[in-house]
Amino acid sequence: MEKLVNDFSFGLFFWQIILFVLLLLLLRKFAWKPILNAVNDREEGIKDALAAAENAKKEMQNVTADSEKLLQEARAEREAMLKEAREIKDKMIAESKDQAKAEGDKMIKQAQATIESEKKAAVADIKNQVAELSVEIAEKVIKEQLSNKDKQLKLVDDMLGDIKLN
Amino acid sequence: MRKPFLLKFLLAAVLLLGNTAFASDSDVEEGKDKKTEIKEFIEHHLQDSHYFNLYGTTDEHGKVHHVGIPLPVILWDNGLKVFSSSKFHHGEEVAEVDGNYYKLYHSKIYKTDAEGTITYDEEHHPTNVRPLDFSITKSVVMMLVTGLLLLWLFSSLAKSYAKNNSVPTGAGRFFEPIVLYIRDDIAIANIGEKKYKRYMPFLLTVFFFIWFLNMFGLTPLGVNVTGNIAVTTALAVIVFLITNFTGTKDYWKHIFDPLGDGMPWYGKIIIYIILVPIEILGLFIKPFALLIRLYANMTAGHVVLMSLVGLIFIFKSWVGGPLSFGLSFAISLIEVLVALLQAYIFTMLAALYFGFASEEHDHDHEHEEEAELAHL
Repeated sequence: MEKLVNDFSFGLFFWQIILFVLLLLLLRKFAWKPILNAVNDREEGIKDALAAAENAKKEMQNVTADSEKLLQEARAEREAMLKEAREIKDKMIAESKDQAKAEGDKMIKQAQATIESEKKAAVADIKNQVAELSVEIAEKVIKEQLSNKDKQLKLVDDMLGDIKLN
Repeated sequence: MRKPFLLKFLLAAVLLLGNTAFASDSDVEEGKDKKTEIKEFIEHHLQDSHYFNLYGTTDEHGKVHHVGIPLPVILWDNGLKVFSSSKFHHGEEVAEVDGNYYKLYHSKIYKTDAEGTITYDEEHHPTNVRPLDFSITKSVVMMLVTGLLLLWLFSSLAKSYAKNNSVPTGAGRFFEPIVLYIRDDIAIANIGEKKYKRYMPFLLTVFFFIWFLNMFGLTPLGVNVTGNIAVTTALAVIVFLITNFTGTKDYWKHIFDPLGDGMPWYGKIIIYIILVPIEILGLFIKPFALLIRLYANMTAGHVVLMSLVGLIFIFKSWVGGPLSFGLSFAISLIEVLVALLQAYIFTMLAALYFGFASEEHDHDHEHEEEAELAHL
C-alpha cells in the first residue's frame, strides 16, 4: 500500500483527468454521436424498409385477389350472356314454330273451306246436270212413252228419289 | 479489405515478439547480481519516466547510452518551471533552473542543493522535498498519442458513415460490431433502454482508451500506462463522479434508507447505525475496486512477461532460452486477451454502477428525469 501511495504521481493524475475529459468531449462530438446516430438511422431504415416490403406484399396480394374477383365476375357474366342467348334462340324457334303451325292451320282451314265450297258447287252443278239429265230423260221418256202419263210421272219420281239417295 | 487487416495482425504479433529486445541492455554490467538487476529493470519499466526511451546501449567502458526523446519537465515550485528532461542526463546530473537545483532519483524529481545530495531516512527513502510534478512524462505522451489515434480513427469512421450512406467500410467493419456490442450488451443490458444514451460516450471512450493503452503496453515501446496507479485512479474518480452526479432519488434512498418503509423507524435506527456506513463505504469501494483491478492486472501482466524474458539472461543455456522465449510468447498471447478483457471488465462494471445510479423503482419522477436529461 505504501508503495502504491509512493508511486502515485499527482502530475500524471492531473494530466489523465484533463486529457480524458477532453478526449471524451471531442469524441462525443466528432465520433460517438455521429456514429451512434448513423447506426440508429440505419436500423430505423432497415425496419422501415422491411415494413414497406411487407406492405407491398400485402398490397400485391390484394391486387391479385381483386383481379381474381374481376375474372370471376367476367366469367359469370359471359355465362349469363350465353344462357340468355340460348334462351332467346329457343324462344325464337318456338315462336316461329307456333307461327308456322298457325299459318299452316289457317291454310289447311282455307283449303278445307275451298274444298267444301267447291264440293258444294260441284254438288250443285251435279244437281243441275242431274236435273237437266232428268229433263232430257223425261223428254225422251215422254217422247217414247207419252202415251202412258201415269207411268211417266211415276218414273220421274223414282228417278229423282234415286238421285237424292246418291 | 481483408488482407491488410491480416497483415496488421501479423505485424502486431511480430511487435509482441519484440518484447524480448528489452532486456538486452541489462546484460552487461559485471559484479552486479543478475537477479536484482532484472528486478530493478522491471521496476523501472513499470514506472513512469521523464524520457521516451527507445533503447539503450552500453559502450566498452560500461557506460549506458540511452537512445530516445527527452520530454518536457513542468514543475510547480513557487512558480512554474519548464525545462527539458535532457538536463537531468538520466539522473546523472543536477538540473539548475532559476537558481533551484533538481535531481532525478528513481524516476522522481527531488529538490536538492547544488551538488545534488539526497538525504535518506532509515528506510532508505529520500527525505528531500518533491516539487509538484506536472511533467509531460512518457505516460502522458502515450495518452496523447492514444487520444489522437482514437480521435482520428473514430471521427474518420463517423465521416465514412456520412459518405457511404451509413455503411461501414474498412476499419469500421472491425470497430462497428464492438461499438454495437458496447451499446447492446453493456449499456442497454445494465442501464436500460431509457437512459443508456447519456452514458454511451463515456463507456465507448473508456473502453477504447483502456484497450488501446493496454495494447500499446504490449508493444516494445513498453509503456505501462494502464498499469499506473495514477491513471487508473483518474478513471475511477471519473466513474465515481458520473455515478453520483447522475444518481436518482431512488439511488440515494437506497443508500440512506435501504429498508424503505417496510419497517418502523425505531427498528431501522439500530440496523442503520451499521448499514448506512457500509452503504456509504460501498460508494467508494466500488470505484476503488475498479482502479485496483485494472492496475494490478496490467502490472502483473508486465511483471510476468518481463520476468520470463529475464529468465533468458539467468539461464543462458540452449534449453532455458527457447523455453522462456516460448513461455513469454504464450503469455504475450494471453496478455492480448487480458488487454481486451480488462477494458471490457472496466466498462462493464462502470455501466453496472451507472445502472444502479439511474435505477428508478416508481414512475412518479418521470417528468423530473426528462427535465434533467434535457438539461444534460
